[in-house]
Amino acid sequence: MAGGDVIIGLEVHVQLNRLRSKLFCGCSTDYHASDPNTHTCPVCLGLPGTLPVMNRRAVEYAIRVALALNCEIQGETLFYRKNYYYPDLPKAFQITQYDFPLGMGGSILIKGEDGEEKKIRITRVHMEEDPGRLVHAGTIDRAKYSMVDYNRCGMALLEVVTEPDLRSPKEARSFLDKLRNILEYLDVFDGGLEGAMRIDSNISLVGGERAEVKNISSHKGVEKALAYEITRQRSARRRGVAQVQETRHYDELRAITVSIRTKEEAHDYRYFPEPDLVPMRIADWVPEVEAELPELPDAKRERFVAEYGIADDHARSLTSEIRVANFYEVVAKRAPSRLAAAWIADVLKGELNYRDITIDKFSPDHMVEILSMLEGGKITEKGAVEVIRTILDHSGDLSEVTPTRVVEAKGLARAGNDAVKAAVRAAVEESAQAVADYRAGNEKAINFIVGVVMKKTRGRADPGEANRLVKETLDEI
Amino acid sequence: MVMIRELQEGLFAGGSAEEMINSLFEKIRRSRLNAYNHIAEDQALERAREFDRSPWEGSLAGVPIAIKDSISTRGIETNCSSRILSGYVPPYDAHVIERLKEEGAIIIGKTNMDEFAMGTSTETSYFGPTKNPWDLDRVPGGSSGGSAAAVAAGEAPAALGSDTGGSIRGPASFCGIVGIKPTYGLVSRYGLVSYANSLEQIGPLAMDVEDAALVMEAISGHDPRDSTSVKSEGGYLSGLNGGVEGLTFGVPKEYFGEGVGEGVDPEVERSVWDAISKLEELGASWKMVSLPHTKYALAAYYIIAMSEASSNLARFDGLRYGLRLGADQDWHSTFSEIRAAGFGPEVKRRILLGTYALSAGYYGRYYLKALKVRTLIKQDFERALSSGGADLLVTPTMPFPAFKIGERIEDPLSLYMADVFTVPINLAGVPAISLPCGFADGLPIGLQIIGRHFDEVSLLRAAKAYEDATPYHEAVPKEVI
Ligand SMILES: [Zn+2]
Repeated sequence: MAGGDVIIGLEVHVQLNRLRSKLFCGCSTDYHASDPNTHTCPVCLGLPGTLPVMNRRAVEYAIRVALALNCEIQGETLFYRKNYYYPDLPKAFQITQYDFPLGMGGSILIKGEDGEEKKIRITRVHMEEDPGRLVHAGTIDRAKYSMVDYNRCGMALLEVVTEPDLRSPKEARSFLDKLRNILEYLDVFDGGLEGAMRIDSNISLVGGERAEVKNISSHKGVEKALAYEITRQRSARRRGVAQVQETRHYDELRAITVSIRTKEEAHDYRYFPEPDLVPMRIADWVPEVEAELPELPDAKRERFVAEYGIADDHARSLTSEIRVANFYEVVAKRAPSRLAAAWIADVLKGELNYRDITIDKFSPDHMVEILSMLEGGKITEKGAVEVIRTILDHSGDLSEVTPTRVVEAKGLARAGNDAVKAAVRAAVEESAQAVADYRAGNEKAINFIVGVVMKKTRGRADPGEANRLVKETLDEI
Repeated sequence: MVMIRELQEGLFAGGSAEEMINSLFEKIRRSRLNAYNHIAEDQALERAREFDRSPWEGSLAGVPIAIKDSISTRGIETNCSSRILSGYVPPYDAHVIERLKEEGAIIIGKTNMDEFAMGTSTETSYFGPTKNPWDLDRVPGGSSGGSAAAVAAGEAPAALGSDTGGSIRGPASFCGIVGIKPTYGLVSRYGLVSYANSLEQIGPLAMDVEDAALVMEAISGHDPRDSTSVKSEGGYLSGLNGGVEGLTFGVPKEYFGEGVGEGVDPEVERSVWDAISKLEELGASWKMVSLPHTKYALAAYYIIAMSEASSNLARFDGLRYGLRLGADQDWHSTFSEIRAAGFGPEVKRRILLGTYALSAGYYGRYYLKALKVRTLIKQDFERALSSGGADLLVTPTMPFPAFKIGERIEDPLSLYMADVFTVPINLAGVPAISLPCGFADGLPIGLQIIGRHFDEVSLLRAAKAYEDATPYHEAVPKEVI
């Protein structure tokens, strides 16, 4: 899919959903579990006579993001009206930014297609209000009717626009993962909520016109949508059909893109400055926000390497999600840091991914307990994995499944020395042929005997230890 | 004629608010003016009975007030005299309504206006024109024509209007009463259905300066729900009787004789000069000043107002509130039909022109240019009203007295010209008052006094001094008797 002929730029709409209230009114942002149209007021419904009032915390969050994305912050920022008719837009205009956006000229580092660090330039970061949500009865092109939910209407959005620096769907995904990670570090965003991140993408093949693909509703969907679009454009090119500049809608159910308008039908949004909001001088505000900026992923990664002496790969993996990084730091303060890094990055994260759950489902105390049992030789590595899986798969009260209890209940305690020695003696006696082979100089024959030992101890013996004891016994005889 | 102060004296002396309001309603029902769109009979009478049971305090305790139909009133239909808002009942009160209620006032109804405040005569109302109480064949001015006619005819002691380009001062002038356009930002616009956000202010219409100041005191002040609103010092009533001695009035030469003053009725011009002499007699001085960009004001005003209006009025699609027609079709057809049927011709004209002015390729030529003109006009006023210049400016409010219903409505440009003395004030954001200063063939003439930003105190003081020395505000239209 790389091929080097693909040019992708993204426009990412990020809901600042860690805010308590909407961008221009006092409505609560905590609507995800509520009935439609229950988190509304005259202002966000755009009733006649209502006026927007800027949520200052939203501006602060936006400055935080713009700084973290290495943008230059404008001294004074301005809001505009973007005029268009759509049923999810009750005022028939969206308050957004146009000239003088909050931040410009930023960049972030991602892991590129070739595995190397790659800088993706960010054109601009601006604030705007979220429209409502349309629910179509069926697909957008065939629905008999649609319903509108204004709960989302007026949520604070940030639009992050990249330069066309991305070269594959995988890089696009990598950018979005990194962006989400930064936003969660900044505590302005919860990527787990519905509608938290929505992506429009400009995509073209070298030498061709671009298509804008709208309505990609998750950073996981982006790879699929872009892959489909690249295939579509390539095959059109092979058939000699030129790509025209157009807007396409991503239909998530069918996993295809559908053309919704061409350039000739492009909107004229008649932008003009919003007369109900005054220009905002934010320059004096920036140093304050900057001083309170938390540690960001790249910095945290470097610190983990230096402070905990762990491998860069482990540090990268641990810092790719704020919750994992925080989990690691809690554990590393109470357990050997390198062992903790390996077990969290290599084992626990894999088990979480496999189950599609977050690290909140696992207690750092349990991790410390497991690591301490491993260190003290009380369980084997295999046993430790088994403990983790048992806890993750447990659906009831987590206090019932402490690692110690799991070890007891499942008999995972590492076999004691006497038990292993007895198993070794028995195994040597039973394996006459293997013993003979060993004496005849076939060193590998010892593996068979170790296998018998493991069987007899039901895996609770340490394989290395068993190997050493078998060898000792054979050499004594 | 009803005065706030007289009503309050009656109430304090034990008079019944219910009886007083009932007699107003009786008068409104008999009226031929068409000043009201909706009477809030149940709400008002219930509040009046409550007041009679246990009277409350407040600067407007028990005082009935009429409200322009563009100001949102909880539980009372608010249509802006447009068919498209048929049946719309706001679930909330505008800031000014909250303030009036806090001061004890009783809202009695919603007054007629030009549709969405787009007009100078109240003839563009979906509910038909309001008539001028001085001559039923004539317009009351606009767009707050219902408010002005109601006050002039004694159908309300005071009313609120909104002034985007003269919509309070014009009707006050045509109906022979007092109307104030406050400094932009002094009165919260929260709840005022927007026509042109950057220009308009809510203000009072009353029989005299003191009543107007009383209402101003109640409605002005900071409201966190309007980002353009500012804190106010108040003090309008206490500063009322300071006189004009030592004040310098500026007379803008562009408003007289050549230039935009050319079409001014000679009677109007004579009355305004008489007023200037009267002010001089009262101890003020005057001098000619210049507002050199006046001739561009009307064009800039209409471009800005129409552009903002085209965006403000886009939300009216009949889907969530307002007009519904027959069975629903697809969204596009449904809202197109509702807008086609719901807006009158003047509103459509302004939406189309505003849409055009904001379009890609024209934005710079029209909207941006109009904003630049606006800055120049603001600077004109700041210069004329700077220290060393004049303290206040004095001009006619309207170039002529009330014209006949139907006389100008077919010729929008001649109607727009009527705003020539009032729109520069909105572009500059400064405060202005219109008060009676004479008659031409039995029709009232209005004097406009213009002040510095947020200097309503001087404005009202000067107006009060003039009013005390002249009889014009005491005249009563035929229709009242
Ligand atoms: Zn709201």
